Amino acid sequence: MSLAWLGVMPFLLFALLFLVLPTMQIIVGSFRNAAGEFTLDNIVNLFQPSIMAAYWISIRISVASALLGCLVGFLMAWAMVLGGLPGWLRSPLLTFSGVASNFAGIPLAFAFLATFGRLGLVTLILRDWFGINIYAMGFNILSFGGLTLTYLFFQIPLTILIMTPALDGMRREWREAASILGASPFQYWRMVALPILWPSLLGTFALLFANAFGAVATAYALTGSSLSIVPILLFAQIRGDVLQDPHLGYALAFGMIVITGIANFIYIWLRARSERWMK
Amino acid sequence: MKINRFWSWLFFGVGALYFVLPLISTAEFSLKMRRGAYTLDAYWTVLADPRFQQTFTYSVLMALATIAFGVLLVVPTAYWVRLKLPRWRPVLEFITLLPLIIPPIVIVFGYIRLYNTSSWLPLTGSAMGTNLLLMFGYVILSLPYMYRAVDTGLRAIDVATLTEAAQSLGAGWVTILTRVILPNVAVAVLSGAFITFAIVIGEFVMAALLNRPSFGPYMQLLGANRAYEPAALAVIAFAITWGCMALIQFVSKFAPRAPGAQH
Repeated sequence: MSLAWLGVMPFLLFALLFLVLPTMQIIVGSFRNAAGEFTLDNIVNLFQPSIMAAYWISIRISVASALLGCLVGFLMAWAMVLGGLPGWLRSPLLTFSGVASNFAGIPLAFAFLATFGRLGLVTLILRDWFGINIYAMGFNILSFGGLTLTYLFFQIPLTILIMTPALDGMRREWREAASILGASPFQYWRMVALPILWPSLLGTFALLFANAFGAVATAYALTGSSLSIVPILLFAQIRGDVLQDPHLGYALAFGMIVITGIANFIYIWLRARSERWMK
Repeated sequence: MKINRFWSWLFFGVGALYFVLPLISTAEFSLKMRRGAYTLDAYWTVLADPRFQQTFTYSVLMALATIAFGVLLVVPTAYWVRLKLPRWRPVLEFITLLPLIIPPIVIVFGYIRLYNTSSWLPLTGSAMGTNLLLMFGYVILSLPYMYRAVDTGLRAIDVATLTEAAQSLGAGWVTILTRVILPNVAVAVLSGAFITFAIVIGEFVMAALLNRPSFGPYMQLLGANRAYEPAALAVIAFAITWGCMALIQFVSKFAPRAPGAQH
């Protein structure tokens, strides 16, 4: 009987105490009432209009920023890897992506307030030079559109970082073989390139979705509590029990785990699938 | 091919514009504190603010403690798993992925419920206990990056041979870890350390909910009350993030290469 397993015990104990048990506490709490008995009431209570509205706007922002992030990031990565841009652009773009994908939280909100806020540089330039008043047109940085625009600052670079190796793996021979067999560029993309790339793309989408869904700091610094998305509602609930029901708070957090959990498992599963092509 | 290149430049240009504009705007905004002139007033105001100095120092110390504890926890574990328990690797990998799956706000919510003053381990009862709890939380947040970095570093060296060589020269486990393994994965550890630093220095949710005087909540407070100083803070924060990433790239040039690996 080997005692080698003892060597990982400190780590497992730490993970148990400060990762697994705290999470279990929330999950178990969302299936209990104040007296500690098993109940589904908390989950059922999530389906009241104000909480559903918070989930709905969170999901919409996450989907929108993930979709746009995937699209723009993919196009930029494609332009860099396969689009014939000079090779020296590659290294700065990847470095910048590394920085920008980690530049989130409070400072990111400040940066976008200085850019697209009421007195932001872009807002003023558009107004004074081009006569376009984006705020008169209904844009507001403290809204769905504004938050989505801000999240793209870390979503696009993340896509570039994930999609670049995938695009690097696209062999020139595949394109040549397709064109020898008479395929048009469109047919090549539809029947060869996209089927290979879609697990990576879809996986990236899932990761970006979870990324946006769990983000608190940027939204909080940008909008205070004026935009009721799930993480902000949960933040207010932890601080001051705004729902006036601690167990509903657990259920709210449990809902977040379920949604980001599903998105992340899709990402991990698809990444394993897409790596088959990258040997 | 020409059309192709036109589209490439277009996509790249539009994307680049989106990234450059906020940076220029923020820098410009941060210089406008004095009416009618570009000055560094906002920066001086921030740097001279005693609360900036206190919270920033607090967060730097917190980051250093997180890195030290993280290295102490991760290096021996990753080494041991490579050496003796290869079958446990998927388990460890899964655990280190969890902090990316469970949002930090949920983890800290669990802390508040599990370690409050009426619990079996009342960490939130004292300032020092709460500091410790926050540091543990940051270790958890940085785990995915730290573990992956160290594990990749260990892959590039022959752990079993190095261990046997050290043992046959009479080294004990502590000597092996500190004088054989650690120097060989120093680059990986440093990469993990810099990314940990970048994460901890501006972290907001955990610090705010545990009510600790760190840099993230300070930034948020300043943002709610001031106009120009937040832009200066954003520039400073961007510079710190950039610095950390640049250091990662710099140290990775010194990484030992796996036998046969080209890149």
